[in-house]
Amino acid sequence: MAEYSAFSLLKNALNGNQDWKPAWRKPDPKASYDVIVIGGGGHGLSTAYYLAKDHGITNVAVLEKGWLGSGNVGRNTTAVRSNYLLPQNTRFYEHSMKLWENLSHDLNYNVMFSQRGCLNLAHTPAQLDDYARRGNAMRHLGVDAELMSVNEIKRLVPALDVSGSARFPVLGGLMQPRAGTARHDAVAWGYARGADRRGVDIIENCEVTGFLRDGDRITGVTTTRGDIRAKKVALAVAGNTGHVMQLAGISHMPIESHVLQAFVSESLKPIIGTVLTFGMGHFYISQSDKGGLVYGGDLDGYNSYAQRGSLPVVDEVMSEMLALFPGLARVRMLRSWGGLCDMTMDGSPIITTGPLPGLYLNCGWCYGGFKATPASGWCFAWTIAKDEPHEFNAPFTLDRFYRGLIIDDKGQGATPRLH
Amino acid sequence: MLINCPYCGPRDVIEFTYQGDGNRKRPQPASQDLDAWNAYVYDRLNPAGDHNEIWQHSGGCRAHLRVVRNTVTHEILSTAFARGGHKSAGHKAGGNQ
Repeated sequence: MAEYSAFSLLKNALNGNQDWKPAWRKPDPKASYDVIVIGGGGHGLSTAYYLAKDHGITNVAVLEKGWLGSGNVGRNTTAVRSNYLLPQNTRFYEHSMKLWENLSHDLNYNVMFSQRGCLNLAHTPAQLDDYARRGNAMRHLGVDAELMSVNEIKRLVPALDVSGSARFPVLGGLMQPRAGTARHDAVAWGYARGADRRGVDIIENCEVTGFLRDGDRITGVTTTRGDIRAKKVALAVAGNTGHVMQLAGISHMPIESHVLQAFVSESLKPIIGTVLTFGMGHFYISQSDKGGLVYGGDLDGYNSYAQRGSLPVVDEVMSEMLALFPGLARVRMLRSWGGLCDMTMDGSPIITTGPLPGLYLNCGWCYGGFKATPASGWCFAWTIAKDEPHEFNAPFTLDRFYRGLIIDDKGQGATPRLH
Repeated sequence: MLINCPYCGPRDVIEFTYQGDGNRKRPQPASQDLDAWNAYVYDRLNPAGDHNEIWQHSGGCRAHLRVVRNTVTHEILSTAFARGGHKSAGHKAGGNQ
């Protein structure tokens, strides 16, 4: 019987909820492991989960410097989609989408995955043509995509200003119906519990301060809770990649860390039933199951390791929201926060062996890491277990930048703040 | 965030355009050293701490500035005209145009 079920809820309710086990243990670190995963966020935890579940590697530690899920897995705007143009990205993110579709059952943990669709709004004829092209590219690879007319959009999101007098009138949009949102904290907790139940040690408040080496080979890490040895050390530290790689002696990476802000409004009755993106700026919005509007915009635009942003971006994001939804002008914003984004030079991620022997690298998620969580861990676990990439992550190498094999979905070139 | 432009004085960050890592060394235009070009285009120091970077006062005097800023606290430690200081052989102003 599954640990969490209607029956176990009833049984524990009758017991006064005295018998629940903690979702994960709080073990002390052992002296050595087969695999150490640095970073207890979504990607690190899902990596540990798939290492144990798919590859039978259970002597694994996940090291987290703060508390579990204190980074970007709890700081994103929860959208899940696979509406990319380039086939390398589409295949990878569609694999992720398929894992999302069965994730609650797989983890026996309700991640509240809600396939409410993701609609990209077009505001110029050229943009609509571009969306038609991207939609065709997606359908060519078996991913769902539909062009929507203004009337269809008006019926779907009545609060949206689709009039000709809008600041940027809406001409249509590209919808991916299978896209949606998920409860981000539940993703971290579900993967943590699934990994823990299979024997993985999740060690919180354990910051990596350096690497143990034998020549070039990485043989373990030094941490605030002592030295830990491992046959394989895997990095999944997102915005802190540059900093941690410098501890390993790699001074330069094709990555810049930037801060991205996100916002939540007070709770409203249902008003936006899909994930909506603005085409004349950088703005995206959805409504959580609690009723709060969850939205965000562009990066602050300069290198940052601070998990907070500044006011000019707040002002811009609010302006973009009002350009789409004038009726939200009196809604109050409850909270805002910032997360660190590891922006690569082409806007696509890196999941690879190396660059040092014994080291494995998972980074470069830009601001799209949440939707990738299942496939990122799945592919990274494959790469760690077999010492070679799966075909889904084979294009996401570190050396692609130096070999002319960049995957630049947006076509922005090596200016990370624009991806 | 206020940036102290040496010409205009302290101004709000919205007047400035960020032009990135000021440590990069642009090879001579005729150089055929692929590794040097790759490093110039793609590699970044990306420190958690003091960062040497180039900003342009695009909403003001349009000067290019060399700014040392802490990426953890966002504190600005120094500003100077890019052309004036830290010239490295073979390039001016951080050269990331």
